Amino acid sequence: MDLLKKVPVREQDAKARAKNFEEVCYGYNAEEAQKEAARCLKCKNAKCMGGCPVSINIPAFIREVEAGDFEAAANVIAEASALPAVCGRVCPQESQCEGQCIRGIKGEPVSIGKLERFVADWSREHGFVPKAAKEKNGRRVAVVGSGPAGLTCAGDLAKMGYEVTIFEALHEPGGVLTYGIPEFRLPKETVVHTEIENVKKLGVKIETDVIIGKSVTIDELMEEEGYEAVFIGSGAGLPKFMGIPGENANGVFSANEYLTRSNLMKAFREDYDTPIAAGKKVAVVGGGNVAMDAARTALRLGAEVYIVYRRSEAELPARVEEVHHAKEEGVEFHLLTNPVEILTDEKGWVTGMVVRKMELGEPDESGRRRPVEIPGSDYTIEVDTVIMSLGTSPNPLISSTTEGLEVNRRKCIVAEAENGQTSRPGVFAGGDAVTGAATVILAMEAGKHGAKGIHEYLSQKA
Amino acid sequence: MYQILKAERLAEKIFLMDVEAPRVAKTCQPGEFVIVKMDERGERIPLTICDYNRNAGTVTIVFQIVGASTRRMAGLGKGDAFQDFVGPLGQPSEFVKENFDEVKGRKYLFVAGGVGTAPVYPQVKWMREHGIEADVIVGAKTKDLLILEEEMKAVAANLYITTDDGSYGRKGMVTEVIRDLVENQGRQYDICVAIGPMIMMKFVCLLTKELGLPTIVSMNPVMVDGTGMCGACRLSVGGEVKFACVDGPEFDGHLVDFDEAMKRQQIYKTEEGRAMLRLAEGETHHGGCGHCG
Repeated sequence: MDLLKKVPVREQDAKARAKNFEEVCYGYNAEEAQKEAARCLKCKNAKCMGGCPVSINIPAFIREVEAGDFEAAANVIAEASALPAVCGRVCPQESQCEGQCIRGIKGEPVSIGKLERFVADWSREHGFVPKAAKEKNGRRVAVVGSGPAGLTCAGDLAKMGYEVTIFEALHEPGGVLTYGIPEFRLPKETVVHTEIENVKKLGVKIETDVIIGKSVTIDELMEEEGYEAVFIGSGAGLPKFMGIPGENANGVFSANEYLTRSNLMKAFREDYDTPIAAGKKVAVVGGGNVAMDAARTALRLGAEVYIVYRRSEAELPARVEEVHHAKEEGVEFHLLTNPVEILTDEKGWVTGMVVRKMELGEPDESGRRRPVEIPGSDYTIEVDTVIMSLGTSPNPLISSTTEGLEVNRRKCIVAEAENGQTSRPGVFAGGDAVTGAATVILAMEAGKHGAKGIHEYLSQKA
Repeated sequence: MYQILKAERLAEKIFLMDVEAPRVAKTCQPGEFVIVKMDERGERIPLTICDYNRNAGTVTIVFQIVGASTRRMAGLGKGDAFQDFVGPLGQPSEFVKENFDEVKGRKYLFVAGGVGTAPVYPQVKWMREHGIEADVIVGAKTKDLLILEEEMKAVAANLYITTDDGSYGRKGMVTEVIRDLVENQGRQYDICVAIGPMIMMKFVCLLTKELGLPTIVSMNPVMVDGTGMCGACRLSVGGEVKFACVDGPEFDGHLVDFDEAMKRQQIYKTEEGRAMLRLAEGETHHGGCGHCG
């Protein structure tokens, strides 16, 4: 075998998968995983660990995989992460662990993400359950939001012996893992549900249908319900729109709405009540992972799909793998193109979108080259559906109902990076609610830091 | 699970239920709403709160059959339960938050249409409990579709009922009653609160604009999560985009773009129709009739 190359991972055929919601990537089997694990150099000073936001002992778990002791590998990962089957699928490994891999200097890095996924999937199939704390300390902590930040924080605190309750606004736990990332990238029943159940097995309680700030406030949780500390991991759920003419037309959706209907409400299934306007010709505006998810969902619902993005391919914020998969499946990219108006018929339905060509100018504050309009370059794309995927911002519901909780001008909660401490004693925060929309793994890192911060705070308070 | 303690059919296709939901009952206010989801496969349905009992921990909802999920919900009875019942959502009515002396000094006119009578009721009840006399107009298509008459009578200063076909009360639209009260009977009102079908609210607003009567309406657009996440409920108010779920559901009716809102309500009409058909006729329908392929 060629040691410079990753052991290839089996995937569902692009043409076939563009028409179904089954998972795209099949992952490694035991033999492939052991072969890939053998490529790891087991560096003493493992750079990959520095690239992992939750500091999984990567060489240690890979060594166990190579030796064929998958349960031992699972134990190594469980010390640092509660959601390995999720992370193995959706982490941007290329810019994290694998980006630091010494193997990658000459040739391809070790496929750390696929190995993590293999271990997690093997554990699930073999009924591996993470160990709960031996003794509860009787101290109650509330966690707001059951996405990656909240689940991680709750899991870590439960392992330390705290009695943790997570409050979730929606009817299903999981946050973006449940409503945002589609089935074909992150299977709900097998992967998400199982990892949430594992967090519950650590002793964490989850109360769904509770909107903190409306059903009950942070102050009431602390003063009336006996929670000594609160971690806010409520994410960044508010969609952005462009503010162009025609944006309220029938057939224009936020990516959040489109994905929530399909993922959370299972509108893609005939036997569920929630409808979705699939569209025949769909333009998705934006170039992030969410845009790719929306585009590939629309494709699976039977539409012809275009991505409309104002910069060039090099600036696409989506993971390379997602862009590659979208292209393979037949999504068409209109790059250096920006919408200026959405056209409608007399009944208010979308009939097309006027777009303008762009070129790249000087780099802006984000370091990416700024897109500049080319005058007189407008043309119309014929579409019946437009999905806006322009990013999201935090919901002000909690900050506006919690006195003394400082937010910045983007409505993000102000919290210390290393321990999640906010301007309110006993109240901690992390994840997208603090940073604005980012990744699953960064939210998990913030959840870990929050758990550590809460433990330190309560230990001192004792 | 959220137990149904009482289930009652108020009129054809209109149902009332008392549901055990202590967290919602403890904090809800007039003007706010809830979202219910019947079971795993159901839709999330936004419903206005008709009444609440803080001590008993119950919330009263009223709904009309409009799609597949509400049709299945109508089949639930006492002892059954909703899988999900979340709230309160949205902003309370302005008068709940305003300076009470100012509210007390005003003369309110409530205008309810059809199933919109349900969300008007807790507002008028609030007025009565706070010693404020309010007039109420209730409109219905026909006598059989009139709901909550006795309840409303108990809390309104004056109750005017009108039916489109004249089968009960006056004959005609609610707008005719408003005009009559203000122009012929010399009633003076400071604020009108109108809740009902969008088309009714639109015409009430056209009239009250002419009469110089500030008007609050409660919008009931398509919604998914109800927490500001999806933007399905967006509407134009005074040229600005607002989300009914978090910015509303009540808005200054003279600023709402009703034409746009009514178009947006049509988005899932055919999709919902299909889901209802599937429910009514099951798999036998598909291909069975030979006409629809």
